[in-house]
Amino acid sequence: MFKYIVRIIEIYIFAPILKTINQANNMKLNRTLFSLFISTFFVVTCFGSESDGKDIRKNIKESINHHLLDDHNFTITHGVSFPLPVILYHNGDVDMFLSSKLYGDHSNPIRYQLDEKTYTIDSHGHILGYIAGEEFHPIDFSITKNVVFIMICFILMLFMFVRMARSYKHGHLPKGVGRLLEPIILYVRDDIAIPNIGKKHYKRYMSFLLTIFFFIWIINLFGLTPLGVNVTNNISVTFSLALLTYLITTFTANKSYWGHIFWMPGVSVPMKIMLAPIELLGTIIKPFSLMIRLYANIIAGHVVLMSILGLIFIFQNWIGSTLSFGLAFALSLLELLVAALQAYIFTMLSALYFGAAVEEH
Amino acid sequence: MEEVQQIAAIDLAPLRIIGAGLVVIGAGIGIGRIGGSALEAMARQPELTGKIQTVMLIAAALIEGIGFAALFAV
Repeated sequence: MFKYIVRIIEIYIFAPILKTINQANNMKLNRTLFSLFISTFFVVTCFGSESDGKDIRKNIKESINHHLLDDHNFTITHGVSFPLPVILYHNGDVDMFLSSKLYGDHSNPIRYQLDEKTYTIDSHGHILGYIAGEEFHPIDFSITKNVVFIMICFILMLFMFVRMARSYKHGHLPKGVGRLLEPIILYVRDDIAIPNIGKKHYKRYMSFLLTIFFFIWIINLFGLTPLGVNVTNNISVTFSLALLTYLITTFTANKSYWGHIFWMPGVSVPMKIMLAPIELLGTIIKPFSLMIRLYANIIAGHVVLMSILGLIFIFQNWIGSTLSFGLAFALSLLELLVAALQAYIFTMLSALYFGAAVEEH
Repeated sequence: MEEVQQIAAIDLAPLRIIGAGLVVIGAGIGIGRIGGSALEAMARQPELTGKIQTVMLIAAALIEGIGFAALFAV
C-alpha cells in the first residue's frame, strides 16, 4: 500500500514539470504524445510493483526461456489462451486431440489418457507418451504457435500479392498495399537479383528471392508485436529456409560450378586434390551460416529486449522502469531495422550463392 | 581418475567463456573497421555509396556469423 502512495506523490512531482513543458509547447500533437510517453512510465511502474516474488531473477529467467520456446498453446495475454491441435505419430498410429487436454488449471501439465496410451508434456514443451508404464517419444506434427503464425503469414502474403497482381490488369499503377510493395519488389530485382545473378539467369530465382525476403521480413515484424511470436528464433524454421537455398543452389548449378569445386582450374594437381574437400565443405558451410545468422540475430534481440523489460521487476522503482522503458523503446526501433536487415542479408547471400552457381566462364 | 576429470571440467569452463569473449572482441574490431573504411570510401566517392553499402553489409554479415558461432560454443 505504501508503494502506491509513493507513486501518487511521484505523479504530483512530475505533474508540474509536465505542465511547464506543455506551456512551452503550443502544438497539440506534441502535448498528447508527451503525456502518453510520461504516463506510460507510470503504468509500467505500477505493473512492475504488483509482483513481489522471492526469486524475482529466477522468475525473469524462466519467463525469458519460456518465451523463446515453441508452445502448444496460443497465449495472447496472461490467462487468455487458445488450445491448438496436437497431432502425434507413433508406430503407424496417428493421434489427434486439442492441447487443452494436456494442460490443467494455471496451465500446469496434466496427463491425458487416450485408449491405452497416456500423453504428458515435459518442461521443455516436448510431448511424452506412455504405453503400460513404458515411455516413448512420438513424432510431433502438431500445429504449434509457430506453425499458426507461419500460416497467418502465408495467408497475408497470398492476399497482398494476389491483390497486387490483379490490380495491374486495370493499369500500370497498383492499388492499395501494392503501392507500398512495388518499390520493394523492384529493389529486390534491381539491387539484389540482377547485380548478383546476372541479367541472363535472374528470372528463374526471382520467385524464391521475393518469397524468402517478404516471408522473413513479415515474420520478424510479427515477432516484435506483443503477441509473443518467435518464429525465426526457432532453429528448425531457419534450417528449412537455409535448406531451400542449399537445394536450389545444388540443383541449378552448372558444369563450371562443379568444376570449381572438384577440380579447381588454374592450380597444380596436388593443390587441386587438397582444395576439393575444402570447397565441398564450403557448399555446406554457406547455408549453415545463413541458418545460424538469422536464428542468432533474432534470438539475441529477443533476449536483450526481455532482459531490459525484466529490469522493471528487479529495480521496482520509477528510475528502473523509466530506464527500462526508454531502453526497450530504443532497442525496439533497432529491432525494426534488424528485422528488415536480416531479410535483406538472407536474400542477398542467397542471390550471391545462386550467382556463383550459374556463373559462366 | 574422477578427481582428474573434475579438475579438467572446472578449469575449462571459464576458458571457454574467455575464448568466446576474445572472438566477440575480434568480430567487433572487424565490423568496426569495415564500417569505418566504408564511411571513408563513401566520403571520397559519394556516387558509389549504394555499391559500397551492399558490400559492407555482406562483409559485416559474414563476420557476424563467426561471432555467433563463438557464442554457441559457450
